[in-house]
Amino acid sequence: MIAIILAIVLGLVMISMAIAALTAYRVRAAVLASGIVSLIASIIYLLLAAPDVAMTEAAIGSGLTTIIFFYVLNKIRRSDV
Amino acid sequence: MYKNMFIILLLAGFGLLLGSFLLTHHEYLSLPQLPAYYADNTAPEVGAANVVTAVVVTYRGFDTLGEVTILFVAASLIAMFLKHSKAPRHDRHPRPSSVILSTSQKLLFPLIVLFGAYVFANGHLTPGGGFQGGAIIATGFLLLLMANPQAEFKHGLLNAIESISGTSYVIIGILGAILGLGFLDNRFISLGQLGTLFSAGAIPVIYSLIGLKVGAELSNILHHLNEVQNEE
Amino acid sequence: MEYLTLQNIGLVTGFMLMLIGLYGALTQKNILRIIVAFTIFDAGLNLVIVALSYIKGRVAPIIDQTTGVTNLSEKFVDPIPQALVLTSIVIGVGVTGVMLTFALRMFKTRHSLDINDFKQTKW
Repeated sequence: MIAIILAIVLGLVMISMAIAALTAYRVRAAVLASGIVSLIASIIYLLLAAPDVAMTEAAIGSGLTTIIFFYVLNKIRRSDV
Repeated sequence: MYKNMFIILLLAGFGLLLGSFLLTHHEYLSLPQLPAYYADNTAPEVGAANVVTAVVVTYRGFDTLGEVTILFVAASLIAMFLKHSKAPRHDRHPRPSSVILSTSQKLLFPLIVLFGAYVFANGHLTPGGGFQGGAIIATGFLLLLMANPQAEFKHGLLNAIESISGTSYVIIGILGAILGLGFLDNRFISLGQLGTLFSAGAIPVIYSLIGLKVGAELSNILHHLNEVQNEE
Repeated sequence: MEYLTLQNIGLVTGFMLMLIGLYGALTQKNILRIIVAFTIFDAGLNLVIVALSYIKGRVAPIIDQTTGVTNLSEKFVDPIPQALVLTSIVIGVGVTGVMLTFALRMFKTRHSLDINDFKQTKW
């Protein structure tokens, strides 16, 4: 029961973060929001009995993707980035 | 206007498709035939405690070889797009990184690499494996890059690790075809006892090679992106 | 109440993420935002595949003392979708990296990030 309540809360946070990623004014806020979506997805993978996938998503999907985004954003110097 | 209508129609159709799938699907009560075979026969046939690792490395090892190839192609494409100009680098003096970062990097970098090696060497016993361990090693390399962004790294070392581990991966696969039952078969080394570090035949060797290759490729991508930063 | 299972929650969340990502990829003008929408679509798709492999009351497919070595097919969740998603996540970061460097290259030649400024494939 606790797992289901936790999953509902995490799912709602995930969906609102995804909406925030599309509506944010600055691109760097959008990138951070999509990183949070990946990070919460890794917790839901753990609830769904998939620890291997959870580790991969936390290390690669949430960590390295965000870092690669920021390396590229650092190169594009504009006001709305 | 027509474009917006089209987008709304497309989204509504896709949503209807997903919704009807959600209403009609039934949760499995028992495993289908193939996953049940994998779950029952991994321990006697392959000798790995982690069934996902057995599926990734042995039962579907050919897929993993293709995946590593795709990652290699992506890294080469990134290197090609970011090929920086041969103009002499004007040495501007950037702000040096903070004392906290450069000191903690010396302490943390070996620990992070050790943890990555632990994750991929124990891939057949615990959650984790070559891809996760490789990503952790790339994170350690990222810390190194952030602490001294202007440093010149030995580019050849990364490339050498990558090509040597990739070649050995294929050679081990061919050895499995000659000495065992098929390409990437792990049983030409004795299986050992289930649950110990030196068990599951060639799986720890193959996963360590995958870990080194993935780590070197991801570090290579980060290194290329960092060089573009410096060149500006 | 019987619809409120972990699998259904995972499926609904994944479907919502896929729809949000598709909407973003179709309506955004900025190339970087389109790439962000693609990563959200990717996360939703992976979540759907893993949620389909879940069976209530079963454990992760790793043999240890609590599972024993007999009757494993009645204790484990489906391992094949998990292995496929493992592959998919790693390929996803490679594809995202290629898209981002391509966007950087386009910005350097045209000094614009708007997708409507790129009418021709050659420049």
